[in-house]
Amino acid sequence: MTNAKWVAGAFVAATAWGSVAAAQETLTMWYHGAGNEGEAKVLNQIITDFNGSQADWKVELQSFPQAAYNDSVVAGALAGNLPDILDVDGPVMPNWAWAGYMQPLTIDESKIANFLPGPKGMWDGKLYSIGLWDAAVSLVTRQSILDELKLRTPTLAEPWTLEEFNGAMEAAKASGKFEYALDLGTAWTGEWYPYAFSPLLQSFGGDLVDRSTYKTAEGALNGEAAMAFGNWWQSLFTNGYAQATQDGADRDSGFGAGKYAFSWNGNWAALGALKAFDDTVFLPAPNFGAGAKIGAASWQFGVSAKSAHPDGASKFIEFALQDKYLADFANTTGLIPATATAAAMTENYKEGGPLAVYYSMTEANALVRPVTPGYVVQAKVFEKALADIANGADVAATLDAATDEINADIEKNGGYGH
Amino acid sequence: MASKFTVSHRAGWLMAGPAFGLMVMFILVPFFFAFALSFTNQRLISPNPTEFVGLSNYRQLLGVGMLTLEPVKDDAGIVQLKDGAPEYPALRSFTRKNPDYPHLDGMRELFSFNLSGDKITYVLARDVVFIKAVLNTFLFVLIVAPLQGGLALGLTLLINQKLRGINVFRTIYFMPVVVSIVVVSILWRIIYDGNNGLLNNILTGLSFGAFQPVNWLGETSTAMGAIIAMSVWQAVGFHMVIWLSGLQTISPTLYEAASIEGASKWQVFRYITWPGLKNTAVLVLIVITMQAFGLFDQINVMTKGGPLDSTQTIVFQAIERGYGKQDISGGSAISVLLFLLVLSVSLIQRYLTRSVEAK
Amino acid sequence: MTTNDNHGLRLIVRYLVLILIALMFCFPLVFMIISSFKPDQQLLLDSGNIRAFLPVGDLSFDNYSEAFARAPIALFIFNSVFVTAITVTLSLLLCSTAGFAFTFMEWRGRKLALSIILATLIVPFQAIAIPLLLLASKLPWIGMDGLTWGWLNSYHVQIIPFIADGLTIYLFAQYFKDLPGELIEAARVEGASWWQIYRKVVMPLSGPVLATAAILKFLAMYNQYLWPLMVVQEEGYRPVMVGLQYFFQLNIAWGEVMAYLSLITVPVLAFYLYLQKAFIASIASTGVKG
Repeated sequence: MTNAKWVAGAFVAATAWGSVAAAQETLTMWYHGAGNEGEAKVLNQIITDFNGSQADWKVELQSFPQAAYNDSVVAGALAGNLPDILDVDGPVMPNWAWAGYMQPLTIDESKIANFLPGPKGMWDGKLYSIGLWDAAVSLVTRQSILDELKLRTPTLAEPWTLEEFNGAMEAAKASGKFEYALDLGTAWTGEWYPYAFSPLLQSFGGDLVDRSTYKTAEGALNGEAAMAFGNWWQSLFTNGYAQATQDGADRDSGFGAGKYAFSWNGNWAALGALKAFDDTVFLPAPNFGAGAKIGAASWQFGVSAKSAHPDGASKFIEFALQDKYLADFANTTGLIPATATAAAMTENYKEGGPLAVYYSMTEANALVRPVTPGYVVQAKVFEKALADIANGADVAATLDAATDEINADIEKNGGYGH
Repeated sequence: MASKFTVSHRAGWLMAGPAFGLMVMFILVPFFFAFALSFTNQRLISPNPTEFVGLSNYRQLLGVGMLTLEPVKDDAGIVQLKDGAPEYPALRSFTRKNPDYPHLDGMRELFSFNLSGDKITYVLARDVVFIKAVLNTFLFVLIVAPLQGGLALGLTLLINQKLRGINVFRTIYFMPVVVSIVVVSILWRIIYDGNNGLLNNILTGLSFGAFQPVNWLGETSTAMGAIIAMSVWQAVGFHMVIWLSGLQTISPTLYEAASIEGASKWQVFRYITWPGLKNTAVLVLIVITMQAFGLFDQINVMTKGGPLDSTQTIVFQAIERGYGKQDISGGSAISVLLFLLVLSVSLIQRYLTRSVEAK
Repeated sequence: MTTNDNHGLRLIVRYLVLILIALMFCFPLVFMIISSFKPDQQLLLDSGNIRAFLPVGDLSFDNYSEAFARAPIALFIFNSVFVTAITVTLSLLLCSTAGFAFTFMEWRGRKLALSIILATLIVPFQAIAIPLLLLASKLPWIGMDGLTWGWLNSYHVQIIPFIADGLTIYLFAQYFKDLPGELIEAARVEGASWWQIYRKVVMPLSGPVLATAAILKFLAMYNQYLWPLMVVQEEGYRPVMVGLQYFFQLNIAWGEVMAYLSLITVPVLAFYLYLQKAFIASIASTGVKG
C-alpha cells in the first residue's frame, strides 16, 4: 500500500462517507500484523475473496503493529470502540472473553474437527477464537555439532533427559568453539518467556498456576518441582551455558554466525536457520521428568462482544478457515498450518518437507498456556521471576514471591470466574 | 507590583482563562479521577464491580517490617556453622504462612544488616519492587540534577565564547536533545552491548587491551550508571540553551565595567554571571528534577527495570502495574504517591530557593 | 594576550576541546545515519568498531525503499508534523498569554489558579491517561459531519489535551519576571491595552523563551506514543512513534530501523535549525534587553 494511495483513500473515505449505497453491511476487523508485508498480503487476499464471494458482508481491515496491538484493543474496549472481528493471542483470549470483550463463535464444530488443539480457543466450554496456524519451539542445532560433540540425536519417542541435556551443554561449552552453548532468546522480553520457558517448568512437573482449580499458584510455581526447575534454570547462567541478558541482534543472527551451539527457537525462525547451514536439525524438547512439553496456541480470530453482526463476523472467520488460506499463511510466515490437510499443501510442512518435524512436535508435545483470564498477569510475573533468577536472585525467595503475587492477583479478581 | 494599573480582573481571566480551562479539563479532572481510583480495586479489564477498598492499595505499597533472627543453635546452645558461617533459619519460614508472624506475611527482604553479635536484622517490605523503584528514582534525581545542570552550565560558558563557527558547535551540542529519547535509547543499547559494543571496544582500545568488556546494561552495578550517563548526554544540550538564554538577560554593561576594573575570569563569573543566572538556576533545577522523576522511556527500551530491579523506577512501576498487570487502581496509587513525593520535593526546593523567588 | 604564537596555540586548544565534545555529542547520530545505508549483516558487524561511523562497504538506499514499502512513512511524518505544529502554535499563544497574565496582572483567583497550574506540573501523564481516554471517548465535537460524540480517531484528540501545560506557562512566567517591569507600567500609564502590551512590548522581547518553549513542546508532541496508541485506531491518523513499532518484527531489520529513525529525526533537526536561526541567533547577536 503506497502512501499516496493511503492519503487518497482516506480522503475518498471521508468525503464519500454516507453516500455509498449500503448493499453490503460493513464488518470492521483489527489485526496485529502492521509492518509485516507477507501476512498483510495473505490476509488482504482472504478479505478480497470473502467480499467477492457473497453480497451481504464487506470486511474492512485495520492493521496495528504487534507491539502496540493489545494495548490498542484494551483502550478501544474501554472507549467502547471495538471492531466486529479482532485477532487475539491464544493465551490472552480468556482474559478478553472474561472481561466481556468477546463473544463465542457460531462456527460448526465439524468445520474444525480436524484442527490441531492449540489453535482452538476454548474458554468456559465454548469456542471463542480459532487460529489458522500454530507455533512450535525446538532445539535448533547442526548435525555436525551433534557428531562432533558425540551426542545422541534425540527423537520424539526418546527425547533427551535432564542429564543428557546438561551433558550436551557442558560438551558444547568444553569444546571452546562457541561464545555460548545455548541461545535461549533472553533478548526477546515479553511473551516469549512464558511461551518458550514455562513448558520447561512444566516438564519438571511445575506450572504457572494449579490447573485443577486455577485458584492458586501455591505448590505449582514454588513446589519441589518448581524449585528444581529454578535451580536448573539458574545453573544455565552460572555455568556459563547461556546469557541472562542478550543482545537482540545476537538472537536474530547469532546461531547463523556460529556463536551458539544450540538455539531454543520457534519454527518461524526455522527457515533462516536452514538457510544459514544446510545441516541444521530441529531437535524435540527434552523431557525433564514430567514429559517433554512445548507451548501452543498462537494468534487467533474472534468476534467482539459488541459486534452488531456476529453472524457475519463468524461467516468471515469460517471462510478464512479453508485449507488453502491455512497453507498460504504457513508458506508466508513459516508457521504451522492448523490442519494436516493444509500441511500437505505446503512446501515446508508436507511429508518430507524441511519443517514437517514441527507438525509432529506440536502433535506430540504441545501444551497450551494456562487457560485463565489471570494468565496475562501470571505471564508477567513469571517473566520477571525468570529474569531475576537468571541474574542471580535467590530461587526459593523469588518463586515464593511470584506465587504470592499471582495468588494476590487471583484473589483481587474474585477468582477470575473459575 | 499591585497598582491600579495592574489590576484587571476581566482581562486577566481572558488571557489566562483558556489555558487554565484546558488544564482543568484535561489534567485536573482526570487526575481527581485517578486519585479516586486509587482507593478502589478497579481493574483495567474486569467484569467485576468496582469496590471501595480504602487505603489498602497504599498499605500494600508502603508496608515495611523488621525481623531479627538468631543463628540456629543445637540443643546445647552451640551455634551451627554452615560453610564456616553461622547458619540462620530461612526467612521464608517467617514470612510465609507463619501464624506467629501474621504482620510479616508476604513480605520480602529489602536488605539486612548485622548490628550486634551474630544476630541478623532484616528490613522487610510488602512490595520490595516498589520500594526499590522509589530508591532508584531518588538516586537518579540526586545524581542527574546537579550533574546535568552543572555540565550544561559548563557547556554554556564554553559555547558563549566569541569564536568563529561557534554556532556550529552549539548546534551539534544541542542535537541529541532533538532526537527522541526512544530513538536515543535504541542507539545506546547497541553502543552499550556487552560483547561487541562500541563502548567496550573503545575502552579496550584506549587501554591497549587492559580493559575487560562490561555488560553495561546487564550488570546490577552498572545498569543505572549507564542509563544516567545516557540521559545526561541526551538532555544536557537543552539545559545549555536555557542557561544561554539566561546569560542573555545579563546586561553587557556589567561585563564592560568588570573588564575596565580588570576583574579575573573567576571574579566575573562569581560576581556577575552567577548572580545574574539565579533565576535561571531555579528554573533549570526544577525542570531537571521534574523530568528526572518521570524517568520511564529509557528504562522501558533498555532494561525494563532489570537486572534484579536495579533500574526499576516509580513511573515504570506505575505503568507496569496499571497497564501490564491490569491493576489500574494500584498504578493510580503509585501515581498519587509520586505526585505527593514530587510535591514535597518541590516545596522544599521552593523553600531553599525562596530568596531568589522573592526578588 | 602576549604573543601571536601563544594566542594561536590557545585558539587551537580551544577548538580541539570544542571538537572533542562535539564528537561525543554526535557519534550515535552519525552511527544511525551511516548505518541506514548498510545491509543488516554488515551494519551489525560494523557496530562495534570505527567502521560504524564510516561510509564504507556496500552502501545503498535499499533500507529506505524497503522501509517505505513496510509502512506509510510519509503519512506518519505528516501526521506527527501536523499535530505537533498546531499544538506548538496554540500552546505558545495560550501559555504565553497565561504567563503574561500571571506575571504582570492582578486579578481575582490569580493565586489559586497559579497554584493549581504549578501542581499539575507534577502529574505524570501516564497517571491520567486512562481517565482521559474515558473522557475523550465521550466528548462532543462539531466537524464536517455535524455534531458527533467521541474524539477517537482524529487529529484534535491528539492536539487539544496538550495545548496548555504547566511547564510552558511556568517557563513564560519565569522569563517575564526578568523583563523590566517599568516598561509595562509605563505602557499602562500611557493607556495601552493589555493585549497591546502583550503584542507590542512583551512578545518582541520573548525570542529566547518562545524558542525554548517551542522546542520543548515540539519534542513532547513529536514523541507522543502512549496517547495516540490509545485513541487512534485508524492508520490514517497514526504518528511516527507508533509507526516505529512497524519495524520491530520478530527478526528486526536493523538497516530499516536506522533508515526510519533517520527519516523521523530529520524534521526535528530542521525545526531546530529554523528556530536557531529565527530566534536564538538573532538574540545572541543583538545582545538585547536589560
